[in-house]
Amino acid sequence: MKFKSLILAAALAVAGSFASAEEFKMSVTTSFANSGLAEVLLPEIEKDIGLTVQLLIVGTGQALELGANGDVDAVLVHSKKAEEKWLGEGNGTHRREIMYNDFIIIGPAADPAGAKAATTATDALKAIAAAQAKFVSRGDDSGTHKMELALWKKAEVAAEGEWYAAVGQGMGAALNTAAGMNAYILADRASWLNFANKADLAIAFEGDPALFNQYAYLPVNPAKHAHVKADAAAKLEEWLVSPRAKELIEGYKIDGQQLFVFNATAN
Amino acid sequence: MEKIWEGLTQAAMLIVGFDPDLMEITLLSLRVTITATLIASAIGLPLGAWLVVNRFRFRRVVIAIINALMGLPPVVVGLFVYVLLSRSGPFGVLGLLFTPTAMIIAQVIIITPIIVSISHQAIRELWADYHDLLISLNATRRQRIATLIMDGRRALLTASLAGFGRAIGEVGAIMIVGGNIDHATRVLTTAIALETGKGEFGMALALGFILIGLAIIVNLGVHMLSRTERGSRW
Repeated sequence: MKFKSLILAAALAVAGSFASAEEFKMSVTTSFANSGLAEVLLPEIEKDIGLTVQLLIVGTGQALELGANGDVDAVLVHSKKAEEKWLGEGNGTHRREIMYNDFIIIGPAADPAGAKAATTATDALKAIAAAQAKFVSRGDDSGTHKMELALWKKAEVAAEGEWYAAVGQGMGAALNTAAGMNAYILADRASWLNFANKADLAIAFEGDPALFNQYAYLPVNPAKHAHVKADAAAKLEEWLVSPRAKELIEGYKIDGQQLFVFNATAN
Repeated sequence: MEKIWEGLTQAAMLIVGFDPDLMEITLLSLRVTITATLIASAIGLPLGAWLVVNRFRFRRVVIAIINALMGLPPVVVGLFVYVLLSRSGPFGVLGLLFTPTAMIIAQVIIITPIIVSISHQAIRELWADYHDLLISLNATRRQRIATLIMDGRRALLTASLAGFGRAIGEVGAIMIVGGNIDHATRVLTTAIALETGKGEFGMALALGFILIGLAIIVNLGVHMLSRTERGSRW
């Protein structure tokens, strides 16, 4: 196994050194970019398969829209329902699961709503709503926002009122707002660990499997947009599910914590 | 307050160290904005003069619209240019989206109304002085416009510099049509937005200081080259 992957790596390295870098556009979610993993993967992708991946860092909603309009070659997002709807409209060829990370609920270190005592994510949200503790929502149709809405629905709480602030911005900007208001917020772990302006915030709840966040890779449909680089998209997919990617993704740590779990399966 | 010092020291370190990434985004900022300013001036200055020397039926309406367009939100311009340049839009085949060219187009749309409006204002006053002379010389309309632009060049420089100022600090439109792609379309303002999103306020402020410094240098440079605002001259 090890020998095989060595040969593969060597073959890729040789191939990579000959191939001139081709430009490839991929829209990704802010949470993926803010995690810092992109900075680890992109140079390796360029080295291994000679593809210069240009990232457009936007929310899941806009990322899928860019793909639907044919302005990018592939999309890497985390919102299964929206992805399936997008595929259903003929925008992409297929959906390939790559890895997952998890969401956490961030809140004031003093935890005024008592979310820490909850056993499930929905209970934690119920506690926040019951206490009318300030909560910042992304409100931008992103994957994180959709996850948050699904959790509120599951908790059977109407997320509205003075305590609930939908800022309509990316993960970083929303975290800045939460830090300023000393409010609760749902964030992905990677963005949180990389976030430099933590102020008085801390993790209030984590660990519920309901908070797992699956990232999937979706190549844009060349039948709809003939100009997209379908060959490059296939090459990139092959790399993303390779043992090499697994090693890099699982080896990526911040403060000693592994952020992503690789779970792509061979075709 | 502490963040501001952090920003200043970080800015100094970036500049002294000739940080290659900083050089790249700074040069792209300059390239995009200077090009946009030149194009917008080429359209805006003659248009401003033309509006002065011509009397036509909807003149007042046209001037009011141009003045109103000065307040156009950059995000709206960005979205508009995105829709035009998107692969699904009318100019999609050109493949211009997420390139510096797209950013230049957006900035031209944003700053042309400013340049037209300020130059119109400046030339109108000059026209009051020149009106009788140019008419009596039987100058053609083209000659009148050329004379007014030539003799009003100092005031028109202000119009162009105002356009430059708006464009260099603009982020909403170029974020949408440029995409803030690392090593391709990232400029100072979009990098500032990115660093703010990461919570790296020190770095964001550092880039902000560099942006202001750059704007000052460009303005000083233009005044020096055009020999305006010198001590010995009124």
